[in-house]
Amino acid sequence: MEFTEEQLKRYSRHIILPEVGGKGQQKISNSKVLIVGAGGLGCPVGYYLAAAGVGTLALVDNDVVELSNLQRQIAHSVKTLGINKADSAKQTFENLNPDVNVVAVKERINSKNILGLFKDYDIIVDGTDNFPTRYLINDACVMLKKPLVSGAILRFEGQVTTILPGEGPCYRCLFEEPPPAGLVPSCQEAGVLGVLPGIIGALQATEVLKLIIGKGKPLKGELLIYDALGVNFRKVRVPKNSDCPICGKNPTIKELSDIPEQYCSI
Amino acid sequence: MSETKADKYLDIRGVVCPYTLVKSKLAIENINVGQILEIILDYPEASDSIPKAMINYGHAVLKVEKINPKEWIIQVKKEVED
Repeated sequence: MEFTEEQLKRYSRHIILPEVGGKGQQKISNSKVLIVGAGGLGCPVGYYLAAAGVGTLALVDNDVVELSNLQRQIAHSVKTLGINKADSAKQTFENLNPDVNVVAVKERINSKNILGLFKDYDIIVDGTDNFPTRYLINDACVMLKKPLVSGAILRFEGQVTTILPGEGPCYRCLFEEPPPAGLVPSCQEAGVLGVLPGIIGALQATEVLKLIIGKGKPLKGELLIYDALGVNFRKVRVPKNSDCPICGKNPTIKELSDIPEQYCSI
Repeated sequence: MSETKADKYLDIRGVVCPYTLVKSKLAIENINVGQILEIILDYPEASDSIPKAMINYGHAVLKVEKINPKEWIIQVKKEVED
């Protein structure tokens, strides 16, 4: 790839890294990443991936920006209140880096549209806030064999893991089924420190870039748990479950199922 | 000392840090292991920092020569794949 003088400047700190270089930057420019959710996690993930020069960045969200989002969803602003979140973030990311083709998908993800939405992308990022969607994304990624970088946050604690279908465990190897509705509180009910999705989202963006350039060790087979109050990072090993209903030897889940309504409280 | 002929020449006179290194790094990526890149530059700090960076990347610096009061020539042999 021939870099323009502007690109040489913009990506200079990447190009001089031995692990990235011009070749790695070229891979970043050629990559296509889809982020589900342009909220607390999707904003920082998208922000850093746009800054890094990811070629195509899709944002999937059908919600609109509300004032209560701005405590943590840093791609939005008072100027985009009431606007679709994918559109709002698209404006921000395009202003940051016009090299990036930002695609706003103003849909709620479901069992009917998910495979079609995911199929053209190299890496999927989960920035959703509810279990049924998290499981649906996991199942779709396993079926399509797409790498998935998953993140979750609540109160002062966050989690990250990288799922590489075929190589490591999936989300269902960890917990076979979603918890019953109402058991795990949502951020709306329990609160979240505004900076927490920034930390978890930055970790997710790092995982995405490592996968793109093919350097380092992906966070597969492990769940990284960050506790902001105690300032602890710990990793919990997650073994692959040979009886996993989606990625095990004899999968029982053969098609995707839809999200029960009662879950979607946010 | 006998002259070593380079496989690729890079003229970065007028270019300042860190773009001296950015352009040198891109140039070394685009030659094969065993080939030699010759860089001509006039940014004084780069005459010191580029050889150090190239060694850090795993390549061999064959020559750093001040050819006149303002210009340097650096020869680097590519030793490792990027």
